[in-house]
Amino acid sequence: MGRKTPNHGNVVQFDSVGLRYDHGPEILQDINFALPAGSFHFLTGPSGAGKSSLLRLIYLAQKPSRGRVTLFGRDTLLARRYELPALRRRVGVVFQEFKLLDHLSTLDNVALPLRVAGAGEAEVQKFVPDLLDWVGLSEHIHAKPPTLSGGQKQRVAIARAVIARPDLLLADEPTGNVDDDIAMRLMYLFEELNKLGTTVLVATHNQSLISRLQHPRLHLENGALLGPEP
Amino acid sequence: MILFGARSDLPLKNDATSRFLPWLIAPMVFLCSIALAGTIILYGMIGRWDRDVSGTLTVEIAAAPGDAQTSAEQTRAKVEAAIRILSDTPGVIQARALSQDQLSALLAPWLGKTDLLREMPLPALIDVTISPGHGPDLDALSARLDKAVEGASIDDHRVWLSRLIGLSRAIAGLAVAVVVIIAGATSATVIYATRTGMAVHREVIDVLHLIGATDDYIARQFADRAFSLALKGGVLGLLLNIPILGGLGFFGLHRLQGGFLGDLSLPFLGWIGVAVLPAAAAFLAMLTARLTVHATLARMV
Ligand SMILES: Nc1ncnc2c1ncn2[C@@H]1O[C@H](COP(=O)(O)OP(=O)(O)OP(=O)(O)O)[C@@H](O)[C@H]1O
Ligand SMILES: [Mg+2]
Repeated sequence: MGRKTPNHGNVVQFDSVGLRYDHGPEILQDINFALPAGSFHFLTGPSGAGKSSLLRLIYLAQKPSRGRVTLFGRDTLLARRYELPALRRRVGVVFQEFKLLDHLSTLDNVALPLRVAGAGEAEVQKFVPDLLDWVGLSEHIHAKPPTLSGGQKQRVAIARAVIARPDLLLADEPTGNVDDDIAMRLMYLFEELNKLGTTVLVATHNQSLISRLQHPRLHLENGALLGPEP
Repeated sequence: MILFGARSDLPLKNDATSRFLPWLIAPMVFLCSIALAGTIILYGMIGRWDRDVSGTLTVEIAAAPGDAQTSAEQTRAKVEAAIRILSDTPGVIQARALSQDQLSALLAPWLGKTDLLREMPLPALIDVTISPGHGPDLDALSARLDKAVEGASIDDHRVWLSRLIGLSRAIAGLAVAVVVIIAGATSATVIYATRTGMAVHREVIDVLHLIGATDDYIARQFADRAFSLALKGGVLGLLLNIPILGGLGFFGLHRLQGGFLGDLSLPFLGWIGVAVLPAAAAFLAMLTARLTVHATLARMV
């Protein structure tokens, strides 16, 4: 069969996963891959290839039309509704469209993952301002997203994804709105997290990033996944 | 408003749908507290009537015929005979004839204070104190009195009292039904407001879910909001009510003193019950909102 057996060393595992939206064509066909714990991968492919869709399957916003998605050793199709929050808290996501809450300040947006996990204000005050400083947003700590530039919003989204030190970080075009210097700085943040044990998957078009950071690539094209290729 | 130190990640404060909640809950709590206070006052009244009446009965002796002089003498003789019989009856503690003055006082409200009363052949009344719990056999006593004293009859007040108590119970039942209906209407209002709020904030809820919020984390935010809005409305409804209940007590004390209705003021425990209503409404709203969010989220995929 050539299919990978369940491996608890894998943070994410796809077995023959297919995805179609409604009655449309299959966007993803027969996808098989695994992300070993502690790995760092890029996810590439032309626009519309299904990168965001594949990430959605991992962060449990979308169910596969067929096949099996395993997250932290748990078959996501078998996971009950009440198990999902605990699984999702282990995953940090930088959404392509940010999904910031417009009525909350930068600080409160970034603090969300801590708060939904039950953290107190002391913890929020201890970690959030430092991280915002690191991503260069300390002057906008009380600003609301609608008053921020695209690049600033992107950095808020990244800070929110990493604040709770997730076991798995999924980033969807995290550098699409910033210049190369800031992009590299953000990538170092991901690398630091990766060194601490976080498994990272970054979907990007940014060729210079891909060539500067030597991480294996998963390539999506015509519904099929190629790779990982170094 | 932030309650219990909880903060809100949902922009519920600006919801047009929830802002009307206090204005609906205020009149509901107002009606509810009227019904509750009315029931408590009514039960107090029934209790007093029952207590006043259960230790006593009245024997009435019709005035003997004849001119005023002979009638009065014959009636007095009958009264003495009746009192003898009553005093010999086990279970009777005391039997005492009402004086002419006491009778006049009883009739004054109907006939006025007039000397005419002295001329009229009035029935005599004997006030009988019976031992509570071990009262006499009323049927046997009635038969003996009938035989020995012409025109004697026993009134143990039970008939009219039981009718009054029946009526009061029906009114109290009605009040309870009003409270239940109001509680139901409050819940329905909160369910509607919560569902609307959830639809408006669907995207925020989705993001919170993706970040790992539990259903209960989201439900608590709606519940806290419903709690504070309902509490606001409830306190307002209670404030509207205080002058009415206070006025009723004042009226009862100063206008009807010693009268048939007696004290109309709300007892201390009643005030506490009424004061608890806004909190009860708030808790009802909180619970309803929380359950509504859970039920609605469970239906979302
Ligand atoms: N919710 C949806 N309903 C229906 N079709 C969708 C939905 N989301 C995505 N698609 C379709 O699925 C395909 C893959 O979309 P997806 O967003 O995953 O691509 P992508 O690789 O992330 O593209 P990009 O690089 O532009 O972000 C597209 O053809 C898109 O039209
Ligand atoms: Mg995309």
